[in-house]
Amino acid sequence: MYSQGLIGADGRTEETQDFLDRFQRRIDAEEKIEPMDAMPAGYRKTLVRQIGQHAHSEIVGMLPEGNWITRAPSLRRKAALLAKVQDEGGHGLYLYAAAETLGVSREEMTEELHCGKAKYSSIFNYPTLSWADIGIIGWLVDGAAIMNQIPLCRCSYGPYARAMIRVCKEESFHQRQGYEICMALAKGTPAQREMLQDALNRWWWPVLMMFGPHDADSLHSDQSMAWKIKRFSNDELRQKFIDATVPQAEYLGLTFPDPEMRWNEEKGGWDHGPIDWDEFWRVVKGFGPMACDRIAARRKAWEDGAWVREAALAHAEKRRARKMAAE
Amino acid sequence: MLYDAVLELADDHLVLGHRLSEWCGHAPMLEEDLALPNMALDLIGTARTLYDHAARLEGQGRDEDALAYLRGEREYRNLLLCERPNGDFAHTMLRQLYFAAFMAPYWQAALGSEDEVIAGVAGKAVKEMAYHIRHAGEWVIRMGDGTDESAARMRAAVADLHIYTGELFEDGAGDAALPSRAEIRPAWDATIAGIFAEALLDVPEVPFPQTGGREGRHGEALGHMLAEMQALHRAHPGAVW
Repeated sequence: MYSQGLIGADGRTEETQDFLDRFQRRIDAEEKIEPMDAMPAGYRKTLVRQIGQHAHSEIVGMLPEGNWITRAPSLRRKAALLAKVQDEGGHGLYLYAAAETLGVSREEMTEELHCGKAKYSSIFNYPTLSWADIGIIGWLVDGAAIMNQIPLCRCSYGPYARAMIRVCKEESFHQRQGYEICMALAKGTPAQREMLQDALNRWWWPVLMMFGPHDADSLHSDQSMAWKIKRFSNDELRQKFIDATVPQAEYLGLTFPDPEMRWNEEKGGWDHGPIDWDEFWRVVKGFGPMACDRIAARRKAWEDGAWVREAALAHAEKRRARKMAAE
Repeated sequence: MLYDAVLELADDHLVLGHRLSEWCGHAPMLEEDLALPNMALDLIGTARTLYDHAARLEGQGRDEDALAYLRGEREYRNLLLCERPNGDFAHTMLRQLYFAAFMAPYWQAALGSEDEVIAGVAGKAVKEMAYHIRHAGEWVIRMGDGTDESAARMRAAVADLHIYTGELFEDGAGDAALPSRAEIRPAWDATIAGIFAEALLDVPEVPFPQTGGREGRHGEALGHMLAEMQALHRAHPGAVW
């Protein structure tokens, strides 16, 4: 899963114009930038922030779905959900490793998440209230993530781009898994169909917000576009997502919680009603319904596990000392 | 009866797999957030095959989900060890070691079973259990011979859990198609002794082992676990998921 573009990027940089021009020529020639290459400080900072937010989103994203692992309604669903949430953890690990190539440690990034300094996708600050939420998250949240991440496979920074190729393959599988859950519910009892519609009603607008503010209000996007960290604008991706999703929802017999949603022949796409940006910014700023719980859960896991990590280090040190003494 | 014996095994694997799955997203480090679900998936996968097998042996039209979701705690036949709450990481890893150190030689002995499903499960599970012993065993050693705190926690876990290990070797329902559980004892003792020596742990004497799981006499924790696990399934009778 993935955060809405980049929240609060700072692409300012201090290098000479000549250096910046040479760097830009490499970018324009579609050369991949690798960890040991010289790069503008702003480019590095933007990437650390973006990859960090992305990694945190994967980790925090384990919580809302993990909420249903112990209650999954069949053994098949239980195994699939467990494997799916495990994949998200794997993405987090992969992304932390990609960020580390830029000179920041996983511990530092974890620290920033726990103290509230680092952001993660605000979608995970909503609660999962029924089993249908698990289907909707796979279908729509992972679906939106794929829209955001496919272009990142061509991101100018090599390690991030390569990480995304593998992540996208798994996300695409997750999306199908989510849609399959939704199909079973759509074909199910009236209570199951109601559960599904209720989940769509609650998740639809937050999912659209995952693509970030409208282009006109999206600060920092231009520099990210020039550096080819970002390839499409927020609105372009959101439109693509809606156009792909509408027929899928129709197949399931679902209606969107948006009375203004209608086909626009002229643009060849769907129009949608106004997004509640107040809600978006409220959630981004840490006032989402589950924000406190999510960070508290991550902190608790980290603090409860401190003695385990200390034991592992102490044991490794003892082994090393014993080996030295024996030599 | 083979049905009863297979059901016992299936319950062991589902209950322990469920316990491990409770860690997902809450482990002491990201690597364990991946490893614990991995082990849980091994166990739940084995449980599914065994439930399916049990359901066919029974021939009453039940399936894996009917056996997992529609039996209450008095009908569950799992070992008490498997249902023990996770506790801290020391308890979880020790519980895993105790179970895997039993199942690895058990599946080894079941490779030649006349029952094709059992032999097939054994072929896959024998490799998984070797890995579980390695993973959990290495953690028991790290914690036992780590810091003062980790060593104390590891000793506490042994004191809490060792009383449930005697039940591993009770033959229960038993069947000619399955290995004798009592005969696994020497192999289990040897694995535990080796790891405990490195972990600086003593194998305690247990004057009164806790048993009863095979007769459906469980601790109080299992009912809560099943209540959570079965709630959604039971709230929608007959629904397909």
